[in-house]
Amino acid sequence: MENLALIAQVQGYTAIALGLIIGLGAIGACIGIGIMGSKFLEAAARQPELIPTLQGRMFLLAGLIDAAFLIGVALAMFFAFANPLLARFG
Amino acid sequence: MSAAEHAAGPANSTEYITHHLTHLKVGEGFWSIHVDTIFMSVLLGVVTIALFYAAARKATSGVPGKWQAFVEMVCEFIDTTVKEVFHLDRRFLAPMALTIFVWVFLMNAMDLLPLDLPGKVAALFGVHYWRAVPTADANTTFAMSLTVLAVVIFYSVKAKGAGGYVHELFTAPFGANPVLWIPNFLLNLVELLSKPVSLAMRLFGNMYAGELVFMLIALLGASMFTWSIGSTVGFLGQIVMGAAWAIFHILIITLQAFIFMVLTVVYSAMATEHH
Repeated sequence: MENLALIAQVQGYTAIALGLIIGLGAIGACIGIGIMGSKFLEAAARQPELIPTLQGRMFLLAGLIDAAFLIGVALAMFFAFANPLLARFG
Repeated sequence: MSAAEHAAGPANSTEYITHHLTHLKVGEGFWSIHVDTIFMSVLLGVVTIALFYAAARKATSGVPGKWQAFVEMVCEFIDTTVKEVFHLDRRFLAPMALTIFVWVFLMNAMDLLPLDLPGKVAALFGVHYWRAVPTADANTTFAMSLTVLAVVIFYSVKAKGAGGYVHELFTAPFGANPVLWIPNFLLNLVELLSKPVSLAMRLFGNMYAGELVFMLIALLGASMFTWSIGSTVGFLGQIVMGAAWAIFHILIITLQAFIFMVLTVVYSAMATEHH
């Protein structure tokens, strides 16, 4: 029975940790995209002839900004379904 | 797991997901090989080469056919991207960038196949685990990014000479004073190693998370079999959300292939610039 309580504790804390990983990562990624997007719109309004060039760069940056967040999501998913911390309990 | 257990279907949703996340493994521990990853990546590599070979063979300097026009468009796009950043002879880097872009794009695109389809096809051959997306396996992405690291080191040595490169590792960016050799080296080591790690993890994270969201959406639809009002909503939800996520994922697939290619070129260009 004690084992069950320990397993439940590990799973509970893992669930909270997953929420933090995904939530905090999303905050960072969204604010980053927001700032970058607003700068792009400003530049597009100032110099519309640069829109094609800037748009390509913008998508590139969007991918780079999302990178850390998505790595966090992938790790969180891994912990959700194959929690290595539970390996200690067999 | 035996064939009979597989035929019976997953016991619960967690088992469904863990089943779909398991690779077809041969061997134990460090020496295990993911046969499905290797097979899919080699197959898609051959497809990449075959597609471009077909275009090259039928290439005409008259009015181009549609496929030739498309291939020309892709090649010109890659060439422009490489030319903007890289100032040495790009006859090696541009084809490599093209290979990276098209191959990674095709490997990522395997994620758009219906989730249970590769499993059903594999079951016809008696194989019970099959993960169709090679880039959702960290082994593939790290293999590619370590190759990129080797190319970056190669270009560094080519541009600065072996001695010059080692000198730069120990004296940039702080200075040539022997006291600063260790900090310089540590900083350069971190910079050098962070490139392949971030390259690999970015692609792996995007593809793995994308695949997992597809699995979760599939589970939503699987709830249909409980035959209740909630499950009908679940089924419709699966159609709508599956479509939306697949459309979004088309963008992600292309973007991640593009980013991998651009970063390869940019890292190579950075390696050749002198201080």
